[in-house]
Amino acid sequence: MTLEELLALAKAEQEKKAKNAKSINVCVAAGCLSSRSDAVKTALSKELRAKGLEKTCQVKGVGCLGLCSMGPLAVTEPNGKFYQNLNEADAAEVVASLDTEPPARIKCDGEVAFFKRQKKIVLENSGMIDAEKIEEYIGTRGYEGLLRSITESNPQSVIEKITKSGLRGRGGGGYPTGLKWSTVAKANGSKKYVICNADEGDPGAFMDRSVLEGDPHRIIEGMAIAAYAVGASHGYIYVRAEYPLAVKRLKLAIKQAESKGLLGKNIGRTQFSFDIDIRLGAGAFVCGEETALIASIEGKRGQPTPRPPYPAEKGLWDCPTLINNVETFANISTIIRNGAEWFASIGTEKSKGTKVFALAGRVANTGLVEVPMGITLREIIFDIGGGIPDGKKFKAVQTGGPSGGCIPEQFLDMPVDYDSLAKVGSIMGSGGMIIMDETSCMVDVAKYFMEFCMTESCGKCVPCRVGTTQMHAILEKITTGVATPKDLELLEELCVFVRDMSLCGLGITSPNPVLSTLKYFKNEYTDHIEHKKCTAGVCHMKNPQGVLA
Amino acid sequence: MTENKKIRMATIWLDGCSGCHMSFLDMDERLIEIAQKVELVYSPYVDTKEFPENVDVTLMEGAIGSDHDLELLHKIRKNTKTLIAFGDCAVTGNVTAMRNTFTVESIFQRAYVETVDTPPKMPAAPVPTLLPKAKPLHEYVPVDFFIQGCPPNADLIYYILTELLAGRKPGTEVPMRFG
Amino acid sequence: MTPPLATVPLILTLTIDGQEVGAREGQTIFEVAKENNIPIPALCNLEGLPNLGACRLCVVEVKGARRLLPACATNVSEGMEVSTTNEKLQKYRKMVLELLFAERNHTCSVCVSNGRCELQGQAQAQGMDHVHVPYLFPKQLVDASHPKFVADHNRCILCQRCVRVCDEIEGAHTWDVMGRGINSKVITDMFEPWGLSESCTHCGKCVQVCPTGALFEKGKSVAEMVKKRQFLPYLNTMRKYHE
Repeated sequence: MTLEELLALAKAEQEKKAKNAKSINVCVAAGCLSSRSDAVKTALSKELRAKGLEKTCQVKGVGCLGLCSMGPLAVTEPNGKFYQNLNEADAAEVVASLDTEPPARIKCDGEVAFFKRQKKIVLENSGMIDAEKIEEYIGTRGYEGLLRSITESNPQSVIEKITKSGLRGRGGGGYPTGLKWSTVAKANGSKKYVICNADEGDPGAFMDRSVLEGDPHRIIEGMAIAAYAVGASHGYIYVRAEYPLAVKRLKLAIKQAESKGLLGKNIGRTQFSFDIDIRLGAGAFVCGEETALIASIEGKRGQPTPRPPYPAEKGLWDCPTLINNVETFANISTIIRNGAEWFASIGTEKSKGTKVFALAGRVANTGLVEVPMGITLREIIFDIGGGIPDGKKFKAVQTGGPSGGCIPEQFLDMPVDYDSLAKVGSIMGSGGMIIMDETSCMVDVAKYFMEFCMTESCGKCVPCRVGTTQMHAILEKITTGVATPKDLELLEELCVFVRDMSLCGLGITSPNPVLSTLKYFKNEYTDHIEHKKCTAGVCHMKNPQGVLA
Repeated sequence: MTENKKIRMATIWLDGCSGCHMSFLDMDERLIEIAQKVELVYSPYVDTKEFPENVDVTLMEGAIGSDHDLELLHKIRKNTKTLIAFGDCAVTGNVTAMRNTFTVESIFQRAYVETVDTPPKMPAAPVPTLLPKAKPLHEYVPVDFFIQGCPPNADLIYYILTELLAGRKPGTEVPMRFG
Repeated sequence: MTPPLATVPLILTLTIDGQEVGAREGQTIFEVAKENNIPIPALCNLEGLPNLGACRLCVVEVKGARRLLPACATNVSEGMEVSTTNEKLQKYRKMVLELLFAERNHTCSVCVSNGRCELQGQAQAQGMDHVHVPYLFPKQLVDASHPKFVADHNRCILCQRCVRVCDEIEGAHTWDVMGRGINSKVITDMFEPWGLSESCTHCGKCVQVCPTGALFEKGKSVAEMVKKRQFLPYLNTMRKYHE
């Protein structure tokens, strides 16, 4: 399909949509699907047919609407009414209220801050289009950026555009994307690869899954643009096998794109060819680390290798390889379409654009939010997240998954960007955000994340393999009331050692939850050790009298 | 440390094979030199029943394997200025700790029931109760100096003792290693 | 077969511990230090096997680098300033050794490799006089099913030398690593007894490169196991010639 054909198809899609104005978009991403949103969708279709409305109103299965805690969710077009907590029996009421207000019982207020304060780029199509229909993606000007890049631009200016946009890697590191692309583009090698890292493994994080399930073509387009820019002809999406729905939709999307000539040989009837294969991860967290991910694609044990050499120079099968995260690729097509200046106008000086966060833990609205960089933690947690439920008091927010740190109340008004988070001992990470209130014990939280790192350590380097085990054992002692002040000294010593000596990011960052809680909540550690007391009441002390075992 | 006052030294043998004490005796004629500087106030070599107070140096052989060992360890630590972990069992657990991957029950079963020809019988009180794991000294109390070796050889023991008796910190002139 | 025309490698100059040294492009810090008689401790690294960078004993400080770098897996570059030893590095190296000793059941006094073990030797060289982290005392397997060799996992430090020599030099790939983190272990075939392995050629290369007494010849008693590694430089020279 050429650019002209694509634009014509997009126009036709938009006209069709305008004609068939009404639609009920039911979220069929994994969260709502697990509470049977597929049955709701079927019931709605049936109800529309029964009422003879199927010609004027359609039912669409769409990607994540964000407010997962209230699922199954649905939204109507064009009037944008949100429904929540739906089940099959509600179909009649939904259809009956299409032109009026939703009944209070199943009404979800779309005017609240949760929806209004967000800024959607990555998730702009989530909840709007049917992920299983390429035409709907094309209708939102999908693949236009790709075809314009390869027909009207050149690799160098594509990279310049990305560099100028200020986009930084969304997988956690925050490395400037444009710089990475140009390194791969400049690297010597006749064969190059583009890899999409969709091995989202942080506990409680599901940003990438939502994009893959709700808007898979966006990733394919982003990868194809990257491939054109760096000179790659083959790509891999490394996605965890625990995301079967994402895998299914990706496979379908690849097939559709190939059949439309938007992927594969001679894309847009040009000389540019690029195909994509899917590789499934077998459940190892460390395979999200780029060198381990490459080893895994090569069919080897998923263990990291020392960098340098970086994958940009020597990656998959020793060829220059571009690895970006799902969310990074999801930004590309929009940047190409809307321009670098537009993107750079969003966010802060050093962190541009938006970031998707998965809100979890002790917060009223759990779910997925996309916010502009620079928004404060307080806005995310209290305005968008709706604050702490049950009248409890906020204690800390953990960002960045097991590699991140716990941020206390005093930093709530700090802007959320790569550098500010690093300054207070945490990281942006991939976007997990776990909110804790006074019922959480910070030592117990640190132990939880340490256990995660311990069991997910690949076992290759000594500091991570044995260090995390030793740190976890000490935390176990502290939380059961049998630790001594000497144990705490050893814990601190091990934290610094493991951070400085480990081979890959997993080990290097594994002490972060301990280091940050030691920094901001040291009194909880001393309470456990010296007074054998857990203020939050989470830990069961073996030794309430303080007698040493 | 004045010329006329002798250093009060003790040695003790806990969960070990006494090999370190044998090696101590291998200092041979140098023992006389040591004896001129120290008064041996408690040791398997002498016949004191109770561990005395105000001991300057204690060489402790063996790991901590029973409640009795642990009690002694705390008592000795309290009454000793310089506590030396003497030999691999005291430093690492060594052979004594090889039982640690088994439960105490299964060890007793093996030792007193499965492998005996005479009528099998579990030991009764007042045998000291075995702790779940045999551990080196420093996992319980602060240790001031470590002498490695199974056993540490006599030259090493002599070197370290003479250095300590002279009020110096022993260096690495005489090599020291595990095993 | 005619040997390929030698391409002249770029000569680089760098300093190691203040000493100015020359090196060829593509050499690692470890190799250059060795050529200049500057000792850097290592356990997983063995000349003739591919680098792994796992034990972290050979970490060095490179001026301007954000992190400590493994000398065995870091290539030299022009003007590089390397420190192979300082107080921090010594402290960290001791900790690496302590963690290894605490991880499994290393009873030097009853080991076939007593006196010849690289782990024991490094502990001595680095002045590690005791292990100040708690011993873990894990239950480990001893596989004596092979007619010629024994694998005692109590003594394994997961350096993967056996895995690498079996794969890269012998070409059998009998050994590999199973499990994650602290539960990792080297295995033969699909975690079958070594004696039942169909891929094992009984060559014994794994035994000879093993730094500890984890792999040893049957019949050897305490301190009797002498590892012979002459085959490695020989095979590598032959291979380079044929390439």
